[in-house]
Amino acid sequence: MPHKLNKLGQEQSADPLQGYAPPRGVADELMDARGNVRLVWQNFVKFLSELPGGDIERRIARGDQYLRDAGVFFRQYGQAGSTERAWPLSSIPVLIAESEWTHISKGLVQRAELLEAVMADLYGPNRLVESGQLPAALIANSAEWLRPLVGVKPSSGHFLQFIAFEIGRGPNGQWWVLGDRTQAPSGSGFALENRVATARMFTDFYTKANVHRLAGFFRSFRDELQNMCGDGAGRVAILTPGPLNDTYYEHAYIARYLGFMLLEGEDLTVQNGQVLVRTVAGLRPVSVLWRRLDSAFADPLELNEASSLGTPGLLNALRHSGVSLVNALGSGVLEMRALLAFLPRICQSLRGEALAMPNVATWWCGQDKERDYVIANAKRMLISPALSTRLPFDVDAHSALGGAFRGETTGSLADWIAQEAQTLVGQEAVTLSTTPAYIDGRLQPRPMSIRVFLARTAAGWQVMPGGYARIGKTQDATAIAMQQGGSVADVWVVSDHPVETVTMLPAPSAPYVRPDSGALPSRAADNLYWMGRYIERAEGYMRLLRSYHIRLEESGTAETPLLKYLAEYLKPYKIDLDEGVPETLLNCLGSAVHSASKVRDRFSIDGWMALNDLTKSARRMAETLVPGDDSARAMGVLLRKITGFSGLVHENMYRFLGWRFLIIGRSLERAASMAMVLAAMADSNAPEGALDLVVDVADSTMSHRRRYAVSTSRDTVIDLLALDVMNPRSVLYHLTEIRDHVRFLSENSTYGPLSPLSKATLALHTDLAIKTPEALDTKALIDLNKRIEQLSNLLSESYLK
Amino acid sequence: MLYDIKLVLKYKYKPAALGGRHILRLMPADIAGEQRLVAGFLDISPRADERVDSVDFFGTQTTYSACGGPHPALNFTLTARVNRLAIIPSFDMSPPLGSLKGDIQHYKAIDARSPHHFLGVSPLVALNADIAAYARALVTAQMSGQEAVSAISLALHRDMKFDPDATEVDTPMQEAFENRHGVCQDFSHIMICCLRSLGIPAGYVSGFLRTVPPPGKPRLEGADAMHAWVQAWCGFEAGWVEFDPTNATLVGQDHIVIGRGRDYSDVAPIKGIFRAAGSQDTSQAVDVIPLA
Repeated sequence: MPHKLNKLGQEQSADPLQGYAPPRGVADELMDARGNVRLVWQNFVKFLSELPGGDIERRIARGDQYLRDAGVFFRQYGQAGSTERAWPLSSIPVLIAESEWTHISKGLVQRAELLEAVMADLYGPNRLVESGQLPAALIANSAEWLRPLVGVKPSSGHFLQFIAFEIGRGPNGQWWVLGDRTQAPSGSGFALENRVATARMFTDFYTKANVHRLAGFFRSFRDELQNMCGDGAGRVAILTPGPLNDTYYEHAYIARYLGFMLLEGEDLTVQNGQVLVRTVAGLRPVSVLWRRLDSAFADPLELNEASSLGTPGLLNALRHSGVSLVNALGSGVLEMRALLAFLPRICQSLRGEALAMPNVATWWCGQDKERDYVIANAKRMLISPALSTRLPFDVDAHSALGGAFRGETTGSLADWIAQEAQTLVGQEAVTLSTTPAYIDGRLQPRPMSIRVFLARTAAGWQVMPGGYARIGKTQDATAIAMQQGGSVADVWVVSDHPVETVTMLPAPSAPYVRPDSGALPSRAADNLYWMGRYIERAEGYMRLLRSYHIRLEESGTAETPLLKYLAEYLKPYKIDLDEGVPETLLNCLGSAVHSASKVRDRFSIDGWMALNDLTKSARRMAETLVPGDDSARAMGVLLRKITGFSGLVHENMYRFLGWRFLIIGRSLERAASMAMVLAAMADSNAPEGALDLVVDVADSTMSHRRRYAVSTSRDTVIDLLALDVMNPRSVLYHLTEIRDHVRFLSENSTYGPLSPLSKATLALHTDLAIKTPEALDTKALIDLNKRIEQLSNLLSESYLK
Repeated sequence: MLYDIKLVLKYKYKPAALGGRHILRLMPADIAGEQRLVAGFLDISPRADERVDSVDFFGTQTTYSACGGPHPALNFTLTARVNRLAIIPSFDMSPPLGSLKGDIQHYKAIDARSPHHFLGVSPLVALNADIAAYARALVTAQMSGQEAVSAISLALHRDMKFDPDATEVDTPMQEAFENRHGVCQDFSHIMICCLRSLGIPAGYVSGFLRTVPPPGKPRLEGADAMHAWVQAWCGFEAGWVEFDPTNATLVGQDHIVIGRGRDYSDVAPIKGIFRAAGSQDTSQAVDVIPLA
């Protein structure tokens, strides 16, 4: 009886707008002043109201699950350093009608063109200062106006290629620009992730709702960056400050999404005015760097000397037009708050027209008249540092809002303004519009602002049809920033008619060409190699520890000759057997995670999650474990987890060049440590049971039984664990692996067929392959270990520097 | 006054450096009416793989060099002949301190000589309340800009002890001021801070100073030094005037200019980044030989 069912469903669902009441004197995105749902929201509200009870929570959970699985996080800074936090997505998107968006876009494109002209002037003829349209003191005191860049013309002809504007809607419904983001705006990648998650929550609605897609925007910009490379051999890369940056996740995400290399300053070097990336195949040219690094940190030689994130000589390359930076270095000067005071008039004089979208009314107190106006009207203003590049709602401690100090400053506001006039601006306090957020089981109005992204393409500035909305935690519009507990939301630009669904794939107009898999930066290879080594080293420790604790449980005392011998063997590795999970093992896992964190763009998300899970488990166990059976079982659990991780790597990881470095690292570590364990356990002085122990550690008890049908002897153990090419625990097996991978690297690099590393690997492999168990005595095993470590040094010298 | 100047900067690396990039600001300036660079040559040994000579924002001659390959030592040798012209003392044409602000506001440009670069904080000269209080106690609003600069220069010379062993190149200005000691770099940074806190645009001048040996003693080879002093903007009429707080003198024919900037960081004689595993050892020798 469908009729009855339908009715039942209706009864269960509640009106999502029950109690929805935007504060007075504020515009609301969803509701007009008379309390009617705006046209663009009507279908979505209807859809929500027809959902059965509890369904919306299930949908939100689905979106959040996606974000967790995708590993989206942000970095929160606190007094005790920074931590990774779950992504705070507000499930309800902000809906904007296409017609309104067209209007917004027009205003922002005009502003983008204006800012380009202002920057060209500030780094060129400086007419704006000379004609008095910009105060000389303001520019000269800006830390973002970079003198070494004055007179340097970008080779592409443009200073700005990718910028963003923070916009908000005022009480009268009008949109305002709150701030210009021209340095290296973040958020476009997060906007994509927000879209994926939100679309998953509301799939059934989204697919039919005529929401403009985002991929086309990114495709055009990707094409533009590639065009900027010209015909040269140079590539496009994304320059990141590295994993400790709060938006590193996004850098890795965008790099993966657009198929560009993700580089750090130390990956690059400058030769003869050309920027080159250090790859495992030698130095390769880079023509375009989309930088996510602030300008001042880009070159320690000519800009901020303390920067360890930059590339010495980069400015020299810029002067030789040896690279294009997106955006040009020095673009941060346009973000200065005080600039907002002058842009309206500059627009008039440079373009002969008014700003199509006004910016927040701003007065620089360095001018007498303006200063007096700000003092007189301090109550309705935000007064803050003029040279700051932060957004107006990102309130600094040295500011005053509504006539009162925000920080711990005391005294008279007027005195403060008069004294520090040059360094202060007054800005009309922002009253943002509200938009629905799903809080405590119902929709509630919360203040919001939207970051809109613009990219320069072959067809001029293009506006991303969507954006990155920030939603306040409370009604306080200054608490919008994520660092203060705000959340973010997707922005849907809704059309009246079906929209084009675009993907990143090119149109099938030409025969398919498999794209080049790209150069592997040496630093990425280095991190993959060491990740492989650390993971294997951790596994080796776990196996030794498990064997130890099993025997400890059996004997009931640590004083047996075998256990004492094993404890002695572990001493140089600083493994304390009284600790359930020794510090050494935790450090080793920590190092693996550290290496992995630096190559997240090349590393599967599942792998990353598995590795983190493993490390967390180990740390948790470390708090309670006691020696003996408890520890033996725990090591078993960790071993299964680490095997799970290795399985992921083997089953799922693309066999690109980086994977080979990971595998070489693993094989090299395993071969070297096996040689060492054998040297100790198969020594003539080793106590009773040592041979069985090493077979057990190598997980080869079954193989030994099958192969030899006799009990262990030195010869059988050496044969199985050092010389057997079929046993994935033997030294020779891993030398064979290394030999094959090294041969591949050799053939794909500048060294020609036989690199020093290939030669050394071949020699070592052959020497071992022709040995008999008798000849492989303790001394020979120690020598074998040394020669394997020498391969590591050769590998580093050849590829990882 | 004609001088032959020789400067040698030596770096030794142990083990050898694998590569290095440097920016050098050593070449004496050629300034119409002040100083003429007759000839100058900067030699880099071993020969740099790359070398670019240019002029920076503030007009200082700059050399960028990149040296690859392992090198155990790196030497920079400057030889230059400079004619330092006589500076004719002029009447004090600077306005009273109180009206300097108006002059500054009317300067509508941010070219290299603009006073606007020299009023705010710069990388090595932050605002400092103690130094500002010290400066305020030395001047009155009726003093002309030039009188104020002179008063501060003399006071610093009186209150601070010249001590080459007391500070390092990276000793913060505040620390040198608290202990009232330092070298020309410290004297200059403190004076710049004093002047800026009074609203007088002030900058840092890097150069060479001819030293006169004690009577009857020969000039010791390599004993001269690089030097630093202060420039201050005293209004449209007076323009930039230079004072040497370390020696409590107006700048004259003994001072040979290399370059001018907001503080040491704009005119550092050498900045470098090199790849080396071990330690480095540096030495410096300067000769300023008067010819006529």
